[in-house]
Amino acid sequence: MAAAAKKAPTKSKTGAKPSAPTTPKPSEFSKEQELEAYRGMLLIRRFEEKAGQLYGMGFIGGFCHLYIGQEAVVTGMKMALVDGDQMITAYRDHGHMLAMDLSPRGVMAELTGRRSGLSHGKGGSMHMFSKEKHFYGGHGIVGAQVSLGTGLAFANRYRGNKNVSLTYFGDGAANQGQVYESFNMASLWKLPVIYIIENNRYAMGTSVSRSSAETDFSHRGASFKIPGMQVDGMDVRAVKAAGEVATEWCRSGEGPIILEMQTYRYRGHSMSDPAKYRSKDEVQKMRSEHDPIEQVKARLISKKWATEDELKAIDKEVRDVVADAADFAQTDPEPDASELWTDITH
Amino acid sequence: MPIEILMPALSPTMEEGNVSKWLKNEGDKVAAGDVIAEIETDKATMEVEAVDEGVLGKILIEAGTEGVKVNTPIAVLLEEGESAGDIDTAKKTSAPAEEKPAATDDSGGKAREARDEPSADKDATKVAAAPKVDVAADPDIPEGTEMVSTTVREALRDAMAEEMRRDEDVFVMGEEVAEYQGAYKITQGLLQEFGARRVVDTPITEHGFAGVGVGAAMTGLKPIVEFMTFNFAMQAIDQIINSAAKTLYMSGGQMGAPIVFRGPNGAAARVGAQHSQDYAAWYGHIPGLKVVAPYTAADAKGLLKAAIRDPNPVIFLENEILYGQHFDVPKLDDFVLPIGKARIHKPGKDVTLVSWSIGMTYAVKAEAELRDMGIDVELIDLRTIRPLDLDTIIASVKKTNRLVVVEEGFPQSSVGDFIANQVSQRAFDHLDAPVITIAGKDVPMPYAANLEKLALPNVGEVVDAVKAVTYR
Repeated sequence: MAAAAKKAPTKSKTGAKPSAPTTPKPSEFSKEQELEAYRGMLLIRRFEEKAGQLYGMGFIGGFCHLYIGQEAVVTGMKMALVDGDQMITAYRDHGHMLAMDLSPRGVMAELTGRRSGLSHGKGGSMHMFSKEKHFYGGHGIVGAQVSLGTGLAFANRYRGNKNVSLTYFGDGAANQGQVYESFNMASLWKLPVIYIIENNRYAMGTSVSRSSAETDFSHRGASFKIPGMQVDGMDVRAVKAAGEVATEWCRSGEGPIILEMQTYRYRGHSMSDPAKYRSKDEVQKMRSEHDPIEQVKARLISKKWATEDELKAIDKEVRDVVADAADFAQTDPEPDASELWTDITH
Repeated sequence: MPIEILMPALSPTMEEGNVSKWLKNEGDKVAAGDVIAEIETDKATMEVEAVDEGVLGKILIEAGTEGVKVNTPIAVLLEEGESAGDIDTAKKTSAPAEEKPAATDDSGGKAREARDEPSADKDATKVAAAPKVDVAADPDIPEGTEMVSTTVREALRDAMAEEMRRDEDVFVMGEEVAEYQGAYKITQGLLQEFGARRVVDTPITEHGFAGVGVGAAMTGLKPIVEFMTFNFAMQAIDQIINSAAKTLYMSGGQMGAPIVFRGPNGAAARVGAQHSQDYAAWYGHIPGLKVVAPYTAADAKGLLKAAIRDPNPVIFLENEILYGQHFDVPKLDDFVLPIGKARIHKPGKDVTLVSWSIGMTYAVKAEAELRDMGIDVELIDLRTIRPLDLDTIIASVKKTNRLVVVEEGFPQSSVGDFIANQVSQRAFDHLDAPVITIAGKDVPMPYAANLEKLALPNVGEVVDAVKAVTYR
């Protein structure tokens, strides 16, 4: 690159390149923020439990990948966004949709393949989108969303806006070739993209240590000069704090950044996964010691920001939303047969 | 009200399973997420987690029971404040699918059975065929319009430049498109006119930049992604097909990808097997794509402008050998041609000869030879592979009763095969001879000059085929 084209660092007084960000301390949450996080995560948890149940009853077909255990990641990141920031992910996507305010009825009805589903029943669990809410899917090919998310960031830079692309992928996808092709272009062109690696420790049934030569995913951008941070993805406050640092980094023109979210999925990879590749103790330990929702609940109680009864009321309210979505998704009609031939091309 | 716990389906194909073990006893407290039982499916032993909290009131199916149908109640869960006496009033967590009042009258929620017996079945005859879409004819070229001799290369460049002037959302990206001025000089001058923001040199990273292009297109930008050749697009084909072509459908029409993938396709001259493949049939196979393969400079210009304006992903197949050939292009401010419309290159009455792109070079020469023999060929330049203008072909076959198709691609599952099949289904009674499809030979492209020539179609083969179907 020609010297003249080099951009002056934005935040440095000395002219030296701003130092790469390091993992910040968890955010201090207000009572309102704790309650917002509690409600948001609980909605995802209850929604996913209900989806699992409807799958068991045959209302949901095909593949269904539940987000239970990982709720703090999308909830905390959403709290760091501004309007217009985009989100894209793979197929474990229901939580991302709910965090981006896509309607629970619309998501659930898509899971059951009904006409009022967000994709009119033509996408399914892995394929929902909303231009209005800046949610770009919902992708079924591991790693493909990373190049696409980089393209969202390319569009932001092309248009000269300040928006950031939140591109989610798992520890498994982190070994796909196109991820590194995307890293290279994103860094070369200083694209505003946050690569959020949801490290839930297992790529389907293969543990990180059995699949990855470098298991510290925050270092995966090193060859491309992309900084990275490891974040406690079970603590919504830690996620939000890291999200704020990352969005600020992108918005100030520094280019891409990687957040490795250390998280855990309680359920199998998909509904038909017996999860024999890990011990029950391991799962139980995460649930009892690191559960993202219980952490918020404990803080709310200990700070006397909410009573058990008040939290139960939130619980009830969330259950009602989910029950309504489930009822809707079971009674809404299937798509009209004529839908077979629509939306193939414009 | 007590809640019935039903035998769950735990895989996409499970219909029944065995209750192998209960991990909670009657009277045990259960929280949402607790493992309550183990169930053996057709694939594995799975744990069943409670969805609701309460007390396990009654186990209805004992451990060890085999062949329990999906949705059979297996236990009853009591909620806070309920006792065993309430069990008989149990409400199904949701009624089993069979009893579901839900949904369309015939389908209920039985997703799995719906797969075998879709409710759409009864309407199948109504919707078996795709709705017909009319494509407009070519625009009239006003009397006295100046025709300018132009190479295909210049025509493609002019099309891009005109569209980039017209629409700020259009940009070009690819390997060597900017500083180098294009590996085949198709983007010559674009960097100078539009700058590096809109003419973007990429690293050699087809899979990645195809995905970046599709992502940008999903936001509404209109990328033109140049592949140095379509041979390299095989690295990117997942993004082209799974991300670009299918998103509009998967999103129920909410989000699509207005993008053009263009570059030279097919054999050039002695570049060997990996650089010499024709992908018309590959992309022509995919619903959600449009596939264009022009022969003349005028078509190249008018169709590339149309492709850039099209809201769908368009595969624009060029040919290196045609780049330097001159054709007349009408000098008009905005010359746009319809995608999906074949062009009758030369009307005739004895036999229909169909080709496109480089295949037209054989067809045009063969037509001249055949004319000298007194055979009047109707030569159709398909121009678009998808949507395929079968109406024009069939109308011609009804007139000539004979059909020969020429292409450079491999023979099995070729474009010509599909045309022959459609003609046999839609115009069988009009055929006076079997349809002959001429394709490249069924071999990887050899390097040696003589072998390469043998691997490709040639004028003699076309002449012989036409003579055969006209019984000369």
